[in-house]
Amino acid sequence: MKLAQSTLAALAIATLLGGMNACKPKSAGSAVSGNAAEKVYVPPGKYDEFYNFVSGGFSGQLSVYGLPSGRLLRVIPVFSVDPEKGWGFSEETKPMLNTSHGFVPWDDLHHVNMSQTNGEIDGRWVFVNGNNTPRVARVDLKTFRTAEILELPNSAGNHSSPFITENTEYVVAGTRFSVPLDNVSGDVPIDTYKKNFKGTVSFISVDKDNGQMDIAFQIETPGVNFDLSHAGKGPSHGWFFFSCYNTEQAYTLQEVNASKNDKDFIMAVNWKKAEEYLKAGKGKKVQVKYAHNTYSDENHSATSEIRKEVTVLSSSELEGLCYFIPCPKSPHGCDVDPTGEYIVGSGKLAALIPVFSFTKMLKAIEDKAYEGDYGGIPVIKYEAALHGEVQKPGLGPLHTEFDGKGNAITSMFVSSELVKWNIQSLQVVDRVPTYYSVGHLMIPGGDSRKPDAKYVIAYNKITKDRYLPTGPELSQSAQLYDITGDKMQLILDFPTIGEPHYAQAVRAEKIRDNSLKIFKIEDNKHPYAAKGEKETKVVREGNKVHVYLTEIRSHLTPDNIEGIRVGDEVYFHVTNLEQDWDIPHGFAIKGADNGELLVMPGETSTLKWVPNRVGIFPMYCTDFCSALHQEMSGYIRVSPAGSNVPIKWGTGETAPEDNTSGQ
Amino acid sequence: MKKFLVSGTIALTIFACGNPGQNSTETSSTPAASTEATANGNPSYDPKRGEGKFENMELPATLDVAMAEKGKQIYEVKCASCHKLSDERLVGPGWKGVSAKHKPEWIMNFITNPDAMIDQDPELQAQLEICLVRMPDQNLSDDDARQLLEFMRQNDGVK
Repeated sequence: MKLAQSTLAALAIATLLGGMNACKPKSAGSAVSGNAAEKVYVPPGKYDEFYNFVSGGFSGQLSVYGLPSGRLLRVIPVFSVDPEKGWGFSEETKPMLNTSHGFVPWDDLHHVNMSQTNGEIDGRWVFVNGNNTPRVARVDLKTFRTAEILELPNSAGNHSSPFITENTEYVVAGTRFSVPLDNVSGDVPIDTYKKNFKGTVSFISVDKDNGQMDIAFQIETPGVNFDLSHAGKGPSHGWFFFSCYNTEQAYTLQEVNASKNDKDFIMAVNWKKAEEYLKAGKGKKVQVKYAHNTYSDENHSATSEIRKEVTVLSSSELEGLCYFIPCPKSPHGCDVDPTGEYIVGSGKLAALIPVFSFTKMLKAIEDKAYEGDYGGIPVIKYEAALHGEVQKPGLGPLHTEFDGKGNAITSMFVSSELVKWNIQSLQVVDRVPTYYSVGHLMIPGGDSRKPDAKYVIAYNKITKDRYLPTGPELSQSAQLYDITGDKMQLILDFPTIGEPHYAQAVRAEKIRDNSLKIFKIEDNKHPYAAKGEKETKVVREGNKVHVYLTEIRSHLTPDNIEGIRVGDEVYFHVTNLEQDWDIPHGFAIKGADNGELLVMPGETSTLKWVPNRVGIFPMYCTDFCSALHQEMSGYIRVSPAGSNVPIKWGTGETAPEDNTSGQ
Repeated sequence: MKKFLVSGTIALTIFACGNPGQNSTETSSTPAASTEATANGNPSYDPKRGEGKFENMELPATLDVAMAEKGKQIYEVKCASCHKLSDERLVGPGWKGVSAKHKPEWIMNFITNPDAMIDQDPELQAQLEICLVRMPDQNLSDDDARQLLEFMRQNDGVK
């Protein structure tokens, strides 16, 4: 009995301690329950259900995770160099990072949008935006590589991008920072913002077969900060909605000065109307300068072209092109529900979420229910376009995704939670904490016409105690929630790279089977390819030396090279002769002041090397390829400038020998 | 109190899920694991035919020169890095005599389906111990393989 009593007492203390933990829902270990592990466990050798493409934020990269496991599958360099893959280091990839400002090997990669057909994710391309030096990139999901980067003129800070229309007709971009446009002098006092600074939104057309991007037109607007956007869909297809803040047109201490107005705007753009105006010749050709970079899988090389003209439509002069809808307190997210009827504006400083009705907006335009104009653009009366407001949803609403069952889930930055609410009734139906300070959230297909609402992920801005400490900086944190039941259930925490802004996810089968395994060597059109060892050679052209080199398990050909001189520009054109999946070869040279190459089967890549001293320099394969990988190496002899050591090369029997000349 | 008990259960559940021993029955077969399982001693494996889509190939006694020429071109791009045309080993064995040593279907199966064959074929396993590099799958089409075979025959003196 006594024993039983003390056991009970111990149990009581234990449960009390447990209970105390439970009273602190925001501690690292709490809030997971039941069968969470079962729901996210993907056994060794099994595939995940979804691909999840996650913004790498200020790393300039795009990361690819499997869901529900949260396993990192791939990191794709987009606006960044990547020494692992030789991206931005090989001669072929350098042009991808060219801009009108020159080589810009970094950007702040914010949002992710996948191509759609009929309002459904089609698994062909992922578009991402660079916020700093305004750019939009397209990643090809056959190769999981960046295929194209387009710079945006008349723009500074491309934030409300790269959101797309339901058949990928357009990808959009918008100025986060209004500036004087590129064709006028920007040498003006900053306090002339109101007079001289303009905004633009850009509509980039996408070729439906090959994905190639082209700026179809830009719309010039009053100087404000465009923040986020989403396309209309279904009945609202033909319209695009952009949130904007800083209607105060502040240019200093924006924290205070851009937060004064009770309402800013959502700008509704009738892009079908824009197409009509364009056809009618209402666009103004403007001289600008911007880079358009494309990567070809045929010649395994990028080309960068500087374009010089863009067509601009005026929002104030062309009637029916743009309308402003007042939206409380510096709206951030601007999200359209799967039916295309409801537009959710998330005023990040507001204590409510306004939901606008597309039908009511059209009616308001028809009735001219305007409260005035802003910079020549009609401002629709708030109530005339409003479906209703979600009252007291939480603090700091940022973004909204949809489950396709009539519900919306909004991320709450300040109160660190996800809040689920019914679109029709505007009633909150569930809420769950996030860890911590959630920014974007994502439901697979959650911004399309066909959400696949098994999970929602919170991409958080602050990590704190979620993982083992790693010094002052921690990786970012994401949380996966099961949303198949009435209550959102936290089932996994996983770290992400950079700051995860937006993300997208799609069922694996939409992508998996189209993934390329090799580049066919016979289709390689690289001008310096060596298709077979027979084509390997070393050619001197003045101080430039071209080495046509092949790699196969496990030797380099040639692996002995002589006759290189200090100061030569040596180009190693490395062709990987393998035709088997997952057998890349690397290539590195001692002292090369750029990086390595990582050459895919059937591909040719080029490393430039300018030797600066006399000696013997080893080169080798950097990617463990076979049991004889360590042997996959060779030597280069570098002689003084002006030396008359002849060019000689070979491998094995053909390797240069002393006291013999040539091959 | 009820709430406290629930917390206790949660803690226990988490602990149980974190124990790797609990999941040992979950280990599943991967594609790689299943091929490993059939290695060494698949009773249905025919070492004369090999494994793949080719069997009972009847070749004409004379050489198709045009076909052999196409085979030579493929050889130079995809095979010459590792195989000499003499009987001397480079990375892999030299090709001299190969078309006489093996049945045509064995050769065709091996060069189009190398991974499965290397895992099962006694001679290829012995070769792997010598060469230590698995012959790469060079993604040959059926036509490519047939042309290469014709080139091997030419190399072995078939006219």
